[in-house]
Amino acid sequence: MNKIRIDIENLTIAYNGKVALHGANLQLESGSICGLVGMNGAGKSTLFKAIMGFVKPVTGRVLIDQMPVRIIQKKSLVAYVPQAEEVDWNFPVNVWDVVMMGRYGYMNVLRIPSQRDRYAVKESISQVQLTDLGDRQIGELSGGQKKRTFLARALAQQATVLLLDEPFAGVDVTTEKLMIQLLIELRELGHTILISSHDLSSISTFCDRVVMINRTILAYGNTNEVFTPENLALTFGGSASVLASSLAKQKLGQ
Amino acid sequence: MDLLSVWEWLVAPFQYAFMLKAIAVSALVGLICAVLSCYMMLKGWALMGDAVSHAVMPGVVIAHILNIPLAIGSFVFGVGSVIAIGFIKSKTRIKEDAVIGLVFTGFFAFGLVLISKTPSNIDLKHILFGNVLGISNADIVQTVIIAVINLTVIGIFRKDFLLFCFDPTHAKSIGLNTGFLYYLLLSLLSLTAVAGLQTVGIILVVAMLVTPGATAYLLTDKFDQMMLLAIASGVFSSVVGTYISYHIDGSTGGCIVVLQTLIFVITMIFAPKYGLLATGDRPTDETLL
Repeated sequence: MNKIRIDIENLTIAYNGKVALHGANLQLESGSICGLVGMNGAGKSTLFKAIMGFVKPVTGRVLIDQMPVRIIQKKSLVAYVPQAEEVDWNFPVNVWDVVMMGRYGYMNVLRIPSQRDRYAVKESISQVQLTDLGDRQIGELSGGQKKRTFLARALAQQATVLLLDEPFAGVDVTTEKLMIQLLIELRELGHTILISSHDLSSISTFCDRVVMINRTILAYGNTNEVFTPENLALTFGGSASVLASSLAKQKLGQ
Repeated sequence: MDLLSVWEWLVAPFQYAFMLKAIAVSALVGLICAVLSCYMMLKGWALMGDAVSHAVMPGVVIAHILNIPLAIGSFVFGVGSVIAIGFIKSKTRIKEDAVIGLVFTGFFAFGLVLISKTPSNIDLKHILFGNVLGISNADIVQTVIIAVINLTVIGIFRKDFLLFCFDPTHAKSIGLNTGFLYYLLLSLLSLTAVAGLQTVGIILVVAMLVTPGATAYLLTDKFDQMMLLAIASGVFSSVVGTYISYHIDGSTGGCIVVLQTLIFVITMIFAPKYGLLATGDRPTDETLL
Protein backbone atom coordinates (compact mmCIF):
# COMPACT_ATOMS: atom_id res chain seq x y z
CA MET A 1 0.00 0.00 0.00
CA ASN A 2 1.48 3.29 -1.09
CA LYS A 3 1.16 6.30 1.18
CA ILE A 4 -1.59 8.85 0.77
CA ARG A 5 -0.26 11.89 -1.03
CA ILE A 6 -3.26 14.07 -1.88
CA ASP A 7 -5.99 14.09 0.73
CA ILE A 8 -9.21 15.90 -0.15
CA GLU A 9 -11.77 16.06 2.64
CA ASN A 10 -15.38 17.13 2.20
CA LEU A 11 -14.43 19.81 -0.32
CA THR A 12 -17.15 22.21 -1.48
CA ILE A 13 -16.40 25.00 -3.94
CA ALA A 14 -18.83 27.70 -5.02
CA TYR A 15 -18.52 30.60 -7.44
CA ASN A 16 -20.78 33.54 -6.54
CA GLY A 17 -23.02 31.24 -4.54
CA LYS A 18 -23.25 28.66 -7.34
CA VAL A 19 -21.91 25.31 -6.25
CA ALA A 20 -19.33 23.88 -8.65
CA LEU A 21 -18.15 20.99 -6.54
CA HIS A 22 -19.92 19.48 -3.56
CA GLY A 23 -18.63 17.38 -0.68
CA ALA A 24 -15.72 15.85 -2.56
CA ASN A 25 -13.64 13.23 -0.75
CA LEU A 26 -10.63 11.75 -2.46
CA GLN A 27 -7.35 10.15 -1.44
CA LEU A 28 -4.66 9.80 -4.08
CA GLU A 29 -1.63 7.64 -3.37
CA SER A 30 1.98 8.05 -4.34
CA GLY A 31 3.13 6.16 -7.42
CA SER A 32 -0.17 6.51 -9.21
CA ILE A 33 -1.67 8.05 -12.31
CA CYS A 34 -5.29 8.93 -11.74
CA GLY A 35 -7.55 9.82 -14.66
CA LEU A 36 -10.13 12.50 -13.97
CA VAL A 37 -13.26 11.90 -16.02
CA GLY A 38 -16.36 14.05 -16.33
CA MET A 39 -18.41 16.18 -18.69
CA ASN A 40 -17.68 19.81 -19.50
CA GLY A 41 -18.70 21.82 -16.46
CA ALA A 42 -18.56 18.79 -14.18
CA GLY A 43 -15.95 20.54 -12.04
CA LYS A 44 -12.70 19.05 -13.33
CA SER A 45 -10.86 22.34 -13.68
CA THR A 46 -12.42 23.50 -10.42
CA LEU A 47 -10.98 20.46 -8.67
CA PHE A 48 -7.51 21.28 -10.00
CA LYS A 49 -7.79 24.91 -8.93
CA ALA A 50 -9.08 23.86 -5.52
CA ILE A 51 -6.14 21.51 -5.00
CA MET A 52 -3.81 24.40 -5.91
CA GLY A 53 -5.61 26.68 -3.47
CA PHE A 54 -6.56 29.15 -6.23
CA VAL A 55 -10.22 29.04 -5.19
CA LYS A 56 -11.28 29.23 -1.58
CA PRO A 57 -13.34 26.25 -0.42
CA VAL A 58 -16.70 26.79 1.26
CA THR A 59 -16.09 23.67 3.32
CA GLY A 60 -13.38 21.08 3.57
CA ARG A 61 -9.65 21.10 2.94
CA VAL A 62 -6.89 19.73 0.78
CA LEU A 63 -3.68 18.33 2.20
CA ILE A 64 -0.64 17.17 0.28
CA ASP A 65 1.73 14.96 2.26
CA GLN A 66 -0.32 15.99 5.31
CA MET A 67 0.55 19.62 4.81
CA PRO A 68 -1.39 22.61 3.50
CA VAL A 69 -0.83 23.19 -0.22
CA ARG A 70 0.69 26.62 0.41
CA ILE A 71 3.66 25.03 2.15
CA ILE A 72 4.01 22.33 -0.50
CA GLN A 73 4.04 25.03 -3.19
CA LYS A 74 6.86 26.89 -1.47
CA LYS A 75 8.88 23.67 -1.73
CA SER A 76 8.01 23.46 -5.47
CA LEU A 77 6.56 20.00 -4.81
CA VAL A 78 3.38 20.48 -6.83
CA ALA A 79 3.29 21.31 -10.53
CA TYR A 80 0.15 22.44 -12.30
CA VAL A 81 -0.31 22.59 -16.06
CA PRO A 82 -3.60 24.39 -16.76
CA GLN A 83 -5.97 23.42 -19.55
CA ALA A 84 -5.11 26.32 -21.82
CA GLU A 85 -1.98 28.23 -20.95
CA GLU A 86 -3.23 31.77 -20.64
CA VAL A 87 0.10 33.21 -21.63
CA ASP A 88 1.06 35.76 -24.24
CA TRP A 89 2.78 33.67 -26.91
CA ASN A 90 4.57 36.79 -28.22
CA PHE A 91 6.34 37.17 -24.88
CA PRO A 92 10.11 37.60 -25.30
CA VAL A 93 11.07 34.26 -23.74
CA ASN A 94 12.33 31.06 -25.35
CA VAL A 95 11.84 27.40 -24.45
CA TRP A 96 14.88 27.39 -22.15
CA ASP A 97 13.63 30.48 -20.26
CA VAL A 98 10.17 28.97 -19.71
CA VAL A 99 11.54 25.65 -18.47
CA MET A 100 13.95 27.53 -16.19
CA MET A 101 10.91 29.16 -14.56
CA GLY A 102 10.18 25.74 -13.11
CA ARG A 103 13.40 26.06 -11.09
CA TYR A 104 12.74 29.46 -9.47
CA GLY A 105 11.60 27.82 -6.25
CA TYR A 106 15.06 26.28 -5.82
CA MET A 107 16.96 29.52 -6.39
CA ASN A 108 17.77 32.39 -4.07
CA VAL A 109 15.88 35.66 -4.28
CA LEU A 110 17.87 36.89 -7.29
CA ARG A 111 16.92 33.71 -9.21
CA ILE A 112 20.42 33.09 -10.49
CA PRO A 113 20.49 29.52 -11.85
CA SER A 114 23.03 27.13 -10.37
CA GLN A 115 24.78 24.34 -12.23
CA ARG A 116 22.08 22.00 -10.90
CA ASP A 117 19.27 24.20 -12.22
CA ARG A 118 20.86 24.31 -15.67
CA TYR A 119 21.29 20.56 -15.64
CA ALA A 120 17.66 19.97 -14.62
CA VAL A 121 16.44 22.29 -17.40
CA LYS A 122 18.64 20.60 -19.98
CA GLU A 123 17.47 17.16 -18.88
CA SER A 124 13.78 18.14 -18.93
CA ILE A 125 14.03 19.70 -22.38
CA SER A 126 15.71 16.57 -23.67
CA GLN A 127 13.04 14.37 -22.03
CA VAL A 128 10.32 16.11 -24.03
CA GLN A 129 12.59 15.99 -27.12
CA LEU A 130 12.88 19.73 -27.65
CA THR A 131 16.68 19.90 -27.33
CA ASP A 132 17.11 21.48 -30.74
CA LEU A 133 14.48 24.12 -30.02
CA GLY A 134 15.83 25.42 -26.69
CA ASP A 135 16.40 28.92 -27.97
CA ARG A 136 13.21 29.20 -29.98
CA GLN A 137 10.75 31.93 -29.02
CA ILE A 138 7.64 30.21 -27.66
CA GLY A 139 5.26 31.72 -30.22
CA GLU A 140 7.16 29.95 -32.98
CA LEU A 141 6.40 26.48 -31.62
CA SER A 142 3.67 24.13 -32.82
CA GLY A 143 0.75 23.28 -30.51
CA GLY A 144 2.36 20.02 -29.44
CA GLN A 145 5.73 21.68 -28.84
CA LYS A 146 4.09 24.35 -26.71
CA LYS A 147 2.48 21.67 -24.53
CA ARG A 148 5.78 19.83 -24.29
CA THR A 149 7.53 23.03 -23.20
CA PHE A 150 5.13 23.45 -20.31
CA LEU A 151 5.41 19.77 -19.42
CA ALA A 152 9.20 20.20 -19.39
CA ARG A 153 8.77 23.08 -16.97
CA ALA A 154 6.75 20.80 -14.69
CA LEU A 155 9.46 18.12 -14.99
CA ALA A 156 12.22 20.63 -14.22
CA GLN A 157 10.30 21.58 -11.11
CA GLN A 158 10.83 18.01 -9.88
CA ALA A 159 7.47 18.08 -8.16
CA THR A 160 6.11 14.89 -6.62
CA VAL A 161 2.56 15.89 -7.49
CA LEU A 162 1.59 16.72 -11.07
CA LEU A 163 -1.80 18.15 -11.94
CA LEU A 164 -2.44 18.09 -15.68
CA ASP A 165 -5.68 19.59 -16.98
CA GLU A 166 -6.44 18.27 -20.49
CA PRO A 167 -2.80 17.95 -21.53
CA PHE A 168 -3.68 16.14 -24.75
CA ALA A 169 -6.08 18.73 -26.11
CA GLY A 170 -4.92 19.83 -29.55
CA VAL A 171 -1.62 17.91 -29.56
CA ASP A 172 -0.31 15.53 -32.19
CA VAL A 173 -0.19 11.77 -31.67
CA THR A 174 3.59 11.73 -31.22
CA THR A 175 3.40 14.29 -28.43
CA GLU A 176 0.58 12.40 -26.71
CA LYS A 177 2.55 9.13 -26.80
CA LEU A 178 5.67 10.87 -25.54
CA MET A 179 3.78 12.52 -22.70
CA ILE A 180 2.14 9.27 -21.63
CA GLN A 181 5.53 7.53 -21.63
CA LEU A 182 6.96 10.29 -19.42
CA LEU A 183 4.03 10.08 -17.02
CA ILE A 184 4.49 6.32 -16.67
CA GLU A 185 8.17 6.88 -15.85
CA LEU A 186 7.21 9.46 -13.21
CA ARG A 187 4.75 7.01 -11.65
CA GLU A 188 7.57 4.49 -11.32
CA LEU A 189 9.53 7.17 -9.44
CA GLY A 190 6.64 7.36 -6.96
CA HIS A 191 5.04 10.56 -8.23
CA THR A 192 1.32 11.22 -8.02
CA ILE A 193 -0.33 12.39 -11.20
CA LEU A 194 -3.88 13.61 -11.61
CA ILE A 195 -4.82 14.03 -15.24
CA SER A 196 -8.05 15.00 -16.94
CA SER A 197 -8.71 14.00 -20.52
CA HIS A 198 -11.53 13.95 -23.01
CA ASP A 199 -9.96 10.96 -24.66
CA LEU A 200 -11.64 8.17 -22.69
CA SER A 201 -10.05 5.44 -24.78
CA SER A 202 -6.54 6.43 -23.76
CA ILE A 203 -7.38 6.85 -20.06
CA SER A 204 -7.71 3.11 -19.50
CA THR A 205 -4.36 2.44 -21.18
CA PHE A 206 -2.13 4.28 -18.72
CA CYS A 207 -4.17 5.33 -15.67
CA ASP A 208 -4.11 2.88 -12.77
CA ARG A 209 -6.85 4.83 -10.98
CA VAL A 210 -9.89 6.66 -12.25
CA VAL A 211 -12.05 9.25 -10.57
CA MET A 212 -15.39 10.17 -12.09
CA ILE A 213 -16.97 13.47 -11.25
CA ASN A 214 -20.11 15.39 -11.87
CA ARG A 215 -20.20 18.22 -9.33
CA THR A 216 -19.12 15.63 -6.78
CA ILE A 217 -17.05 12.46 -6.77
CA LEU A 218 -19.23 9.73 -8.31
CA ALA A 219 -16.75 6.90 -8.32
CA TYR A 220 -13.09 6.33 -7.52
CA GLY A 221 -10.84 3.30 -7.59
CA ASN A 222 -8.76 0.97 -9.72
CA THR A 223 -9.31 1.59 -13.40
CA ASN A 224 -10.41 -1.98 -14.18
CA GLU A 225 -13.05 -1.85 -11.43
CA VAL A 226 -14.33 1.71 -11.84
CA PHE A 227 -14.03 2.38 -15.55
CA THR A 228 -17.25 0.52 -16.39
CA PRO A 229 -20.10 1.32 -18.78
CA GLU A 230 -22.42 1.70 -15.76
CA ASN A 231 -20.22 4.30 -14.10
CA LEU A 232 -19.67 6.09 -17.39
CA ALA A 233 -23.43 6.24 -17.87
CA LEU A 234 -23.70 7.72 -14.38
CA THR A 235 -21.01 10.28 -15.16
CA PHE A 236 -22.10 11.31 -18.61
CA GLY A 237 -25.86 10.84 -18.28
CA GLY A 238 -27.77 10.41 -21.53
CA SER A 239 -24.83 10.79 -23.86
CA ALA A 240 -23.08 7.88 -22.23
CA SER A 241 -24.72 5.03 -24.10
CA VAL A 242 -22.65 5.98 -27.15
CA LEU A 243 -19.51 6.13 -25.06
CA ALA A 244 -20.32 2.89 -23.31
CA SER A 245 -20.85 1.03 -26.53
CA SER A 246 -17.64 2.40 -28.03
CA LEU A 247 -15.85 1.34 -24.88
CA ALA A 248 -17.37 -2.12 -25.05
CA LYS A 249 -16.27 -2.42 -28.67
CA GLN A 250 -12.80 -1.38 -27.69
CA LYS A 251 -12.68 -4.02 -24.96
CA LEU A 252 -13.87 -6.66 -27.41
CA GLY A 253 -11.11 -5.51 -29.75
CA GLN A 254 -8.52 -6.20 -27.09
CA MET B 1 30.46 79.79 -40.77
CA ASP B 2 33.81 78.34 -39.75
CA LEU B 3 34.34 75.13 -37.82
CA LEU B 4 35.02 76.92 -34.58
CA SER B 5 31.70 78.68 -34.52
CA VAL B 6 29.89 75.43 -35.37
CA TRP B 7 31.66 73.84 -32.43
CA GLU B 8 30.70 76.74 -30.19
CA TRP B 9 27.11 76.44 -31.28
CA LEU B 10 27.11 72.71 -30.56
CA VAL B 11 28.58 72.99 -27.07
CA ALA B 12 26.71 76.16 -26.12
CA PRO B 13 24.12 74.32 -23.97
CA PHE B 14 26.84 72.66 -21.91
CA GLN B 15 28.14 76.01 -20.65
CA TYR B 16 25.13 76.38 -18.41
CA ALA B 17 24.83 74.52 -15.12
CA PHE B 18 21.04 74.31 -15.48
CA MET B 19 21.42 72.57 -18.84
CA LEU B 20 23.90 70.06 -17.49
CA LYS B 21 21.60 69.32 -14.58
CA ALA B 22 18.61 69.05 -16.89
CA ILE B 23 20.37 66.63 -19.21
CA ALA B 24 21.57 64.49 -16.31
CA VAL B 25 18.13 64.37 -14.65
CA SER B 26 16.40 63.65 -17.97
CA ALA B 27 18.81 60.82 -18.63
CA LEU B 28 18.17 59.33 -15.20
CA VAL B 29 14.40 59.61 -15.56
CA GLY B 30 14.65 58.20 -19.08
CA LEU B 31 16.55 55.26 -17.63
CA ILE B 32 14.10 54.32 -14.87
CA CYS B 33 11.07 54.90 -17.07
CA ALA B 34 12.59 52.70 -19.79
CA VAL B 35 13.32 49.88 -17.34
CA LEU B 36 9.78 49.97 -16.02
CA SER B 37 8.31 50.35 -19.52
CA CYS B 38 9.42 46.80 -20.37
CA TYR B 39 7.20 45.40 -17.62
CA MET B 40 4.32 47.80 -18.41
CA MET B 41 4.48 46.67 -22.02
CA LEU B 42 4.59 42.96 -21.24
CA LYS B 43 1.96 43.09 -18.50
CA GLY B 44 -0.39 45.14 -20.70
CA TRP B 45 -0.40 47.94 -18.18
CA ALA B 46 -0.03 50.96 -20.48
CA LEU B 47 -3.45 52.22 -19.44
CA MET B 48 -2.59 51.56 -15.81
CA GLY B 49 0.54 53.68 -16.24
CA ASP B 50 -1.56 56.49 -17.63
CA ALA B 51 -4.00 56.16 -14.74
CA VAL B 52 -1.40 56.13 -11.99
CA SER B 53 0.59 59.02 -13.45
CA HIS B 54 -2.55 61.19 -13.51
CA ALA B 55 -3.86 60.00 -10.16
CA VAL B 56 -0.73 61.12 -8.30
CA MET B 57 -1.71 64.77 -8.91
CA PRO B 58 -3.59 65.42 -5.63
CA GLY B 59 -0.78 63.67 -3.78
CA VAL B 60 1.74 66.06 -5.28
CA VAL B 61 -0.33 69.09 -4.26
CA ILE B 62 -0.97 67.84 -0.72
CA ALA B 63 2.71 66.97 -0.28
CA HIS B 64 3.52 70.50 -1.38
CA ILE B 65 1.09 71.97 1.16
CA LEU B 66 2.40 69.78 3.99
CA ASN B 67 5.96 70.41 2.87
CA ILE B 68 6.85 66.72 2.68
CA PRO B 69 8.62 65.01 -0.24
CA LEU B 70 6.42 64.88 -3.34
CA ALA B 71 7.30 61.22 -3.72
CA ILE B 72 5.43 60.33 -0.53
CA GLY B 73 2.26 62.13 -1.57
CA SER B 74 2.31 60.68 -5.06
CA PHE B 75 3.06 57.21 -3.74
CA VAL B 76 0.00 57.31 -1.46
CA PHE B 77 -2.33 58.52 -4.21
CA GLY B 78 -0.81 56.37 -6.92
CA VAL B 79 -1.26 53.18 -4.93
CA GLY B 80 -4.58 54.50 -3.59
CA SER B 81 -5.92 54.88 -7.12
CA VAL B 82 -4.97 51.30 -7.93
CA ILE B 83 -6.68 50.02 -4.80
CA ALA B 84 -9.76 52.07 -5.75
CA ILE B 85 -9.70 50.60 -9.26
CA GLY B 86 -9.41 47.07 -7.88
CA PHE B 87 -12.21 47.65 -5.38
CA ILE B 88 -14.70 49.09 -7.88
CA LYS B 89 -13.89 46.41 -10.45
CA SER B 90 -14.47 43.57 -8.01
CA LYS B 91 -17.57 45.00 -6.34
CA THR B 92 -19.51 46.30 -9.33
CA ARG B 93 -20.35 45.07 -12.83
CA ILE B 94 -18.39 47.86 -14.49
CA LYS B 95 -15.59 46.75 -16.78
CA GLU B 96 -11.98 47.53 -16.03
CA ASP B 97 -11.29 50.10 -18.77
CA ALA B 98 -14.26 52.19 -17.64
CA VAL B 99 -13.22 51.90 -13.99
CA ILE B 100 -9.66 53.02 -14.80
CA GLY B 101 -11.01 55.93 -16.85
CA LEU B 102 -13.31 57.20 -14.14
CA VAL B 103 -10.93 56.73 -11.21
CA PHE B 104 -7.92 58.51 -12.68
CA THR B 105 -9.90 61.43 -14.05
CA GLY B 106 -11.61 61.75 -10.66
CA PHE B 107 -8.27 61.83 -8.86
CA PHE B 108 -6.83 64.24 -11.42
CA ALA B 109 -9.81 66.60 -11.16
CA PHE B 110 -9.49 66.55 -7.38
CA GLY B 111 -5.86 67.59 -7.81
CA LEU B 112 -6.91 70.46 -10.07
CA VAL B 113 -9.40 71.74 -7.50
CA LEU B 114 -6.73 71.51 -4.78
CA ILE B 115 -4.24 73.50 -6.84
CA SER B 116 -6.77 76.19 -7.70
CA LYS B 117 -7.83 76.61 -4.06
CA THR B 118 -4.38 76.43 -2.50
CA PRO B 119 -2.53 79.67 -1.93
CA SER B 120 0.83 78.26 -2.85
CA ASN B 121 3.45 78.72 -5.45
CA ILE B 122 2.74 75.46 -7.29
CA ASP B 123 2.73 76.09 -10.99
CA LEU B 124 0.13 73.89 -12.64
CA LYS B 125 1.99 74.16 -15.91
CA HIS B 126 5.11 72.65 -14.34
CA ILE B 127 3.16 69.68 -13.03
CA LEU B 128 1.38 69.09 -16.31
CA PHE B 129 4.28 69.64 -18.66
CA GLY B 130 7.40 69.34 -16.51
CA ASN B 131 10.09 71.87 -15.76
CA VAL B 132 13.39 70.11 -15.98
CA LEU B 133 15.28 73.25 -16.98
CA GLY B 134 14.32 74.85 -13.69
CA ILE B 135 14.67 71.78 -11.49
CA SER B 136 15.71 72.48 -7.90
CA ASN B 137 18.52 70.68 -6.14
CA ALA B 138 16.02 69.14 -3.73
CA ASP B 139 14.11 67.69 -6.68
CA ILE B 140 17.32 66.31 -8.12
CA VAL B 141 18.07 64.56 -4.84
CA GLN B 142 14.55 63.15 -4.83
CA THR B 143 14.91 61.89 -8.39
CA VAL B 144 18.19 60.19 -7.52
CA ILE B 145 16.64 58.53 -4.47
CA ILE B 146 13.70 57.30 -6.53
CA ALA B 147 16.07 56.00 -9.19
CA VAL B 148 18.15 54.12 -6.62
CA ILE B 149 15.04 52.56 -5.04
CA ASN B 150 13.57 51.57 -8.40
CA LEU B 151 16.73 50.12 -9.84
CA THR B 152 17.50 48.22 -6.64
CA VAL B 153 14.03 46.69 -6.39
CA ILE B 154 13.95 45.78 -10.08
CA GLY B 155 17.50 44.46 -9.79
CA ILE B 156 16.36 42.08 -7.07
CA PHE B 157 12.93 41.12 -8.42
CA ARG B 158 13.73 41.29 -12.12
CA LYS B 159 12.97 37.63 -12.78
CA ASP B 160 10.04 37.43 -10.39
CA PHE B 161 8.42 40.39 -12.15
CA LEU B 162 9.05 38.73 -15.49
CA LEU B 163 7.39 35.51 -14.34
CA PHE B 164 4.55 37.51 -12.79
CA CYS B 165 3.95 39.25 -16.14
CA PHE B 166 4.30 36.07 -18.17
CA ASP B 167 2.48 33.44 -16.13
CA PRO B 168 1.02 34.50 -12.78
CA THR B 169 -0.60 31.07 -12.35
CA HIS B 170 2.77 29.37 -12.38
CA ALA B 171 4.18 32.06 -10.11
CA LYS B 172 1.46 31.23 -7.57
CA SER B 173 1.90 27.50 -7.97
CA ILE B 174 5.57 27.68 -6.97
CA GLY B 175 4.65 29.71 -3.93
CA LEU B 176 5.49 33.24 -5.09
CA ASN B 177 3.41 35.97 -3.48
CA THR B 178 1.79 37.47 -6.59
CA GLY B 179 -0.21 39.99 -4.56
CA PHE B 180 3.06 41.35 -3.18
CA LEU B 181 4.61 41.52 -6.67
CA TYR B 182 1.50 43.29 -8.02
CA TYR B 183 1.63 46.05 -5.44
CA LEU B 184 5.40 46.30 -5.58
CA LEU B 185 5.31 46.90 -9.32
CA LEU B 186 2.54 49.47 -8.89
CA SER B 187 4.49 51.21 -6.14
CA LEU B 188 7.46 51.50 -8.48
CA LEU B 189 5.10 52.90 -11.09
CA SER B 190 3.84 55.59 -8.66
CA LEU B 191 7.39 56.57 -7.71
CA THR B 192 8.46 56.70 -11.33
CA ALA B 193 5.46 58.84 -12.21
CA VAL B 194 6.59 61.49 -9.77
CA ALA B 195 10.14 61.36 -11.12
CA GLY B 196 8.85 61.67 -14.66
CA LEU B 197 6.63 64.53 -13.60
CA GLN B 198 9.73 66.71 -13.04
CA THR B 199 10.99 66.10 -16.55
CA VAL B 200 8.13 65.72 -18.98
CA GLY B 201 5.12 66.34 -16.75
CA ILE B 202 2.10 64.25 -15.81
CA ILE B 203 0.60 64.28 -19.29
CA LEU B 204 3.62 62.90 -21.13
CA VAL B 205 5.10 60.59 -18.51
CA VAL B 206 3.01 57.73 -19.82
CA ALA B 207 4.88 58.04 -23.13
CA MET B 208 8.15 57.45 -21.30
CA LEU B 209 6.55 54.46 -19.56
CA VAL B 210 5.33 52.84 -22.77
CA THR B 211 7.27 53.92 -25.85
CA PRO B 212 10.78 52.63 -25.03
CA GLY B 213 9.37 49.21 -24.09
CA ALA B 214 7.18 49.09 -27.20
CA THR B 215 10.13 50.06 -29.42
CA ALA B 216 12.37 47.40 -27.90
CA TYR B 217 9.61 44.78 -28.10
CA LEU B 218 9.63 45.12 -31.90
CA LEU B 219 13.37 44.55 -32.04
CA THR B 220 14.01 41.39 -30.05
CA ASP B 221 12.67 38.11 -28.68
CA LYS B 222 14.96 38.17 -25.66
CA PHE B 223 13.97 39.96 -22.49
CA ASP B 224 17.47 41.07 -21.48
CA GLN B 225 18.04 42.57 -24.91
CA MET B 226 14.64 44.21 -24.76
CA MET B 227 15.59 45.88 -21.49
CA LEU B 228 18.90 47.16 -22.88
CA LEU B 229 17.30 48.45 -26.07
CA ALA B 230 14.55 50.19 -24.12
CA ILE B 231 17.14 51.85 -21.90
CA ALA B 232 19.19 52.90 -24.93
CA SER B 233 16.23 54.51 -26.69
CA GLY B 234 14.86 56.05 -23.47
CA VAL B 235 18.13 57.61 -22.36
CA PHE B 236 19.07 58.71 -25.88
CA SER B 237 15.74 60.51 -26.40
CA SER B 238 15.95 62.16 -22.98
CA VAL B 239 19.46 63.49 -23.50
CA VAL B 240 19.08 64.52 -27.13
CA GLY B 241 15.54 65.82 -26.58
CA THR B 242 16.68 68.08 -23.75
CA TYR B 243 19.61 69.26 -25.87
CA ILE B 244 17.42 70.02 -28.88
CA SER B 245 14.90 71.86 -26.73
CA TYR B 246 17.65 74.35 -25.85
CA HIS B 247 18.43 75.13 -29.46
CA ILE B 248 14.87 75.39 -30.66
CA ASP B 249 13.80 77.03 -27.39
CA GLY B 250 10.88 74.60 -27.23
CA SER B 251 9.16 72.39 -24.67
CA THR B 252 11.68 69.92 -23.22
CA GLY B 253 9.10 67.25 -22.42
CA GLY B 254 7.65 67.65 -25.88
CA CYS B 255 11.04 67.27 -27.56
CA ILE B 256 11.86 64.13 -25.56
CA VAL B 257 8.57 62.42 -26.35
CA VAL B 258 8.56 63.46 -30.02
CA LEU B 259 12.04 61.96 -30.34
CA GLN B 260 10.92 58.73 -28.64
CA THR B 261 7.95 58.52 -30.95
CA LEU B 262 10.16 59.07 -34.01
CA ILE B 263 12.43 56.25 -32.88
CA PHE B 264 9.37 54.06 -32.45
CA VAL B 265 8.05 54.88 -35.93
CA ILE B 266 11.43 54.18 -37.54
CA THR B 267 11.62 50.89 -35.62
CA MET B 268 8.07 49.98 -36.56
CA ILE B 269 8.96 50.32 -40.25
CA PHE B 270 12.51 48.94 -40.33
CA ALA B 271 12.74 46.43 -37.45
CA PRO B 272 14.49 43.37 -38.92
CA LYS B 273 11.93 40.78 -37.82
CA TYR B 274 8.77 42.55 -36.68
CA GLY B 275 8.97 45.77 -38.73
CA LEU B 276 6.36 46.56 -41.37
CA LEU B 277 8.86 46.02 -44.19
CA ALA B 278 9.88 42.62 -42.81
CA THR B 279 6.40 41.34 -42.08
CA GLY B 280 4.94 42.62 -45.35
CA ASP B 281 1.78 40.72 -46.14
CA ARG B 282 2.29 38.18 -43.39
CA PRO B 283 -0.92 38.08 -41.38
CA THR B 284 -0.65 39.37 -37.85
CA ASP B 285 -2.67 38.09 -34.92
CA GLU B 286 -5.07 40.94 -35.54
CA THR B 287 -6.02 39.87 -39.06
CA LEU B 288 -6.41 36.25 -38.02
CA LEU B 289 -9.19 37.16 -35.63
